[in-house]
Amino acid sequence: MKTDEMKKDERFRMMISNVLRLGVSLSAILIVIGGVLFFIQNPNSVFDYSTFKSEPSKLKDFVIIVRNAFSFRGRAVIQLGILILIATPFLRVLFSLIGFAIEKDRIYVFITGIVLVILSFSLFG
Amino acid sequence: MELYLVILFVGALLAGLLGSLTGLGGGIIIVPLLTIGLGVDIKYAVGTSLVAVIATSSGAAVSYVKEGLTNFRIGMFLETATTVGAICGAALAAVISSWSLMIVFGVLLLYSSFNSFKNRKQEFLSVKEQGIKEDSFAEKLKLDGTYPVSPGNNISYHASHIGGGYLMMILAGILSGLLGIGSGAFKVIAMDTIMKLPFKVSSATSNFMIGVTAAASAGVYLSRGYIDPVLSMMVVLGVLLGSMTGARVLMRSNTKILKVVFSIVILLLGIEMIRNGILDIIR
Repeated sequence: MKTDEMKKDERFRMMISNVLRLGVSLSAILIVIGGVLFFIQNPNSVFDYSTFKSEPSKLKDFVIIVRNAFSFRGRAVIQLGILILIATPFLRVLFSLIGFAIEKDRIYVFITGIVLVILSFSLFG
Repeated sequence: MELYLVILFVGALLAGLLGSLTGLGGGIIIVPLLTIGLGVDIKYAVGTSLVAVIATSSGAAVSYVKEGLTNFRIGMFLETATTVGAICGAALAAVISSWSLMIVFGVLLLYSSFNSFKNRKQEFLSVKEQGIKEDSFAEKLKLDGTYPVSPGNNISYHASHIGGGYLMMILAGILSGLLGIGSGAFKVIAMDTIMKLPFKVSSATSNFMIGVTAAASAGVYLSRGYIDPVLSMMVVLGVLLGSMTGARVLMRSNTKILKVVFSIVILLLGIEMIRNGILDIIR
């Protein structure tokens, strides 16, 4: 491999690595903050997950999670952190697409595009 | 209450460590830990394990990608196979009896476990040492690459049998869509055994890919209420710490040891799949 290409490759790797680091860190910070808030707000909570009761809709609906997180409801802040964690692999695919486009790597722009389309299909379809 | 949280955290830490080292994700530890160990309902366990797999994948990939162990062209190319497979699997779930697949794939895992253990001492040879001829397809897709065996010492490798690997990836995708588990093992097998990639590259690339597959279904599980914030909180934090540690350990470890760990884990996974398959028939 030419050194020029290796440099480009390294820049690409750093970008993807940084996207992942950002997503993971942001998620972890929110989860820790949310956890502390939760234990302050519910000091005597009992854990029982032996029967499935499905989470209440305030912890399932994206809009409500975000709204409650911004009013510092502990569990909503954690859930927002988890949503960011779930979004991280998508962002990684999206940034790969951008990276391949910058490198003018048409085959991989196409391949990454396919993956992105299928992912959106499975998420929203 | 404190004990409960500590068990969750420590279990998750181990899951992240083992998941990132082998490329299998953390689900294989999280599900039994929650259901058998802590008496958690299987639906919560599945939701939590999906979150754990994403955390393992992204946490370890921060280092794997940076150090050049992950081949993200191979990853992206094969993701077209796993994602299509996953959708087919989900559609097939209504038609195919899952017990037969569990037994077939379980046996395949036992065989791979044996194979991986047998070849544990086999050193990876660089492209030059193997005398591989040019391959226009691998070249066009830029699948060949180099990876660091020690700081400043990169070894070049070549992706062989791309068709076979791709087919295995479709199967891995179908399996994950159908059963929701075990696809990491077949991703590693596809890359390591079929495509003849170095073990560490296979493991890091599989680890990279499983995050996308898990994220695709995690959204659905969240909206169905399978993901509990308090359960997930401890698991995510534990898994992140474990997987980031695992990524550091992998770069320094001996491939021979990694292969032995891998073969033990997939042996247990294979036994578990066959057991579940047989239980399904009896029921």
